[in-house]
Amino acid sequence: MARKILTEHINVPGIETFDVYRKQGGYTAVEKAIKTMTPEEVVEEAKKSGVRGRGGAGFPMGMKWGFLAKPEGVPRYLVCNADESEPGTFKDHHLMKSIPHLLIEGMIISSFALGANKSFIYVRGELMYVIRILEKAIAEAKAQGFLGKNILGSGYDLELVVQPGGGAYICGEETALLESLEGKRGNPRNKPPFPAVKGLYQSPTVVNNVESISNMPWIINNGGDAYAQIGIGRSTGTKLISASGHIQKPGVYEIELGVSVDEFLNSDEYCGGIRKGHYLKALVAGGSSVPILPANLITKTAAGEDRLMTYESLSDGGFATGTMLGSGGFIVFDETACIVRNTWNFSRFYHHESCGQCSPCREGTGWMEKVLHRIEHGHGSMHDIDLLVDISKKIEGNTICPLGDAAAWPVASAIRHFRDEFVWHITHPHEATQPGAVYMGEMVLG
Amino acid sequence: MEEVKPQLLKITFDGIEVEVEPGTTIMQAARKIAEADESQGHLVPPAMCYYKPLPVSGGKCRACLVKVSAGSAKDPRPMPKLVPSCITQVQDGMVVENTTNQAVLDTRKSIVEFLLINHPLDCPICDQAGECHLQDFAFEHGSVKTRYEEERRTFDKIDIGPHVQLHMTRCILCYRCVYTADQITDGRVHGVMNRGDASEISTYIEKAIDNDFSGNVIDVCPVGALTDKTFRFKNRVWFSKPEDAHRDCDKCCGKTTVWYRGDEIIRVTARKNTWGEVNDFICNTCRFEKKKTSDWVLEGPTKVKRSSVISANKYRKDLVAKPDFALKLAASQFKNIDDSRPYVTDEETIRHQSIENNDKANHRSLAANNN
Repeated sequence: MARKILTEHINVPGIETFDVYRKQGGYTAVEKAIKTMTPEEVVEEAKKSGVRGRGGAGFPMGMKWGFLAKPEGVPRYLVCNADESEPGTFKDHHLMKSIPHLLIEGMIISSFALGANKSFIYVRGELMYVIRILEKAIAEAKAQGFLGKNILGSGYDLELVVQPGGGAYICGEETALLESLEGKRGNPRNKPPFPAVKGLYQSPTVVNNVESISNMPWIINNGGDAYAQIGIGRSTGTKLISASGHIQKPGVYEIELGVSVDEFLNSDEYCGGIRKGHYLKALVAGGSSVPILPANLITKTAAGEDRLMTYESLSDGGFATGTMLGSGGFIVFDETACIVRNTWNFSRFYHHESCGQCSPCREGTGWMEKVLHRIEHGHGSMHDIDLLVDISKKIEGNTICPLGDAAAWPVASAIRHFRDEFVWHITHPHEATQPGAVYMGEMVLG
Repeated sequence: MEEVKPQLLKITFDGIEVEVEPGTTIMQAARKIAEADESQGHLVPPAMCYYKPLPVSGGKCRACLVKVSAGSAKDPRPMPKLVPSCITQVQDGMVVENTTNQAVLDTRKSIVEFLLINHPLDCPICDQAGECHLQDFAFEHGSVKTRYEEERRTFDKIDIGPHVQLHMTRCILCYRCVYTADQITDGRVHGVMNRGDASEISTYIEKAIDNDFSGNVIDVCPVGALTDKTFRFKNRVWFSKPEDAHRDCDKCCGKTTVWYRGDEIIRVTARKNTWGEVNDFICNTCRFEKKKTSDWVLEGPTKVKRSSVISANKYRKDLVAKPDFALKLAASQFKNIDDSRPYVTDEETIRHQSIENNDKANHRSLAANNN
């Protein structure tokens, strides 16, 4: 069995209560950090661990903490981004509802490291029951003296606030999240200034994903160096993968980074392979916004090496033949899935979730969705394919926040790898619009 | 004590070097070049959402994206993405490419396309036509054909008060009016509802905007989304003559531009600078109620510097650069042009004049008969 950091105790009955969590060694990291370490030492451990942001961008967390401006007399904030709404990603939800104290312990350690006296957990509005679980857990921790004034007699105060979001995907973007937290419309801000300089209420702020913060208790207990030993190269530690789609065992799995994609997909420990009697057709490896991969590029890179579940290996070959680890939303398609329909579906999502602030994203996402809708419903023409590629290029990189890129990549990559399927939809509108119709053509299946 | 001058930063913009103060944006640096040498006006990136008098504006329309090919003297690496010039501050030794970079021009073309796909293109009946920034932007950077085959987005009409007409379908969501409304009042009276391409400018539960300075949202609007109800369908802007005027006003500065058709004031706006930005906001009394020449002290014709259609006739600067013989010809013809002649466009005036002329003719013939 692979090593577990986050989900080791997740199946212990009653782990959502303080007592059981404490019996499993919970809150020892808080005691160690607050009583025996300085904030700088905690930051140093985070840097040593090499843990990278688990929300999707993969930016090293310790380095992000190092950028935090520390002017005198200005409060600093830590905000936990629990607005997980990327299609195909459901790891934070699982973690928070099952073992809420892990996140709270991580929040206490991280807030202590950053010198924040008020920290926020911004939870997606749809997850009201998770918010209640978190609030109950916070009350328990407060009653035991791990939160509130003068934690463990150290003189360090921390207030932890759970804030429900309004149910907008865009509020998972860190600056839009901060705007939303301030009570404003969730529009992403222009950067610079970055949140590390001017974030929540114009004060220095760090925004981290649930999973990133939940790694902190283990890092403090075992040391950043021990964490860095797990994984390969710059992809250290473990990662939660939300596996979904046409596989035998969908669910949330904790893997050591560096497991091969083949093993993750086919071993009984993880996904258990494609559902019986079907073949692998395509894979979206890191949530709906990353480029889709065709069957021949999933287990092997273009150079013929084994593809591993690491940040580097998945992005091998750039966007031409690679993808991204992203947030770990592992969506598997077998040969019954229609790529055009799927691309339209993703595109519809981004059209619906665009905040409407900057013109390329506001107009471009809607345009792409309409063209894809036309192709899918048998009204496309050949120049529509090149039009889609052109629109996606014009959106990519020209927007305020990464939502524009996220909307452009799935479309561009689907056309790059499955162009013949788009062509078939246009040349055979009658066949393509039959219920359940899928292009079989000369496709390479795994 | 000697006055300590701030260290000036040197920036190269399209090959032209300029020194600016720290904190200046790339857009302001480009405008500084154009203000020093008017022949370089075409170098300035277009601004659809950025509005200098509104401190938080900018960064939204992406029309002013430029390429930074060297970040600064210390770190001369190029910036990976195109940056919005209106909000990106200059660094010492920065090298910026605007009209000299094909990628920037291509992106600008696509921004025009994005802004126009859901725009109704009803310029022939739009009051903003002629002073519309989107028209200028599309004329300079857009393409003739559209690739958009889908149905255009439309909105239900919302009444936002007695003075201001809202045409949401024309809006490009620059947020200028929202920031203006935020600036003139503490309460949030005017904002953006909904999301994505369904977002719309509105007032909460269709409440009318009731503020002495609400008319200024008309001036800041780059397109015809917010227009003056007292001026609707009255006249094309290029048939009206702008004159600078002022009056003593207890609410605002009282400095305005009044727009004449013949000797009738058909609308009053705030004064705008070279970049189409309002210098001082004016109050609704000046804007909507003072429509008689006797209300105003006239200062002379407004100088319209930008290459807009308002300046197409007499105010165009490049007329000065015409050859000598043309100037002499113009000077000799000058007396022959009767500039006081009113612009006759509507039937009422024509009928009125013909009645007047008939009367005069009758008088003449009567007088002849009597003699």
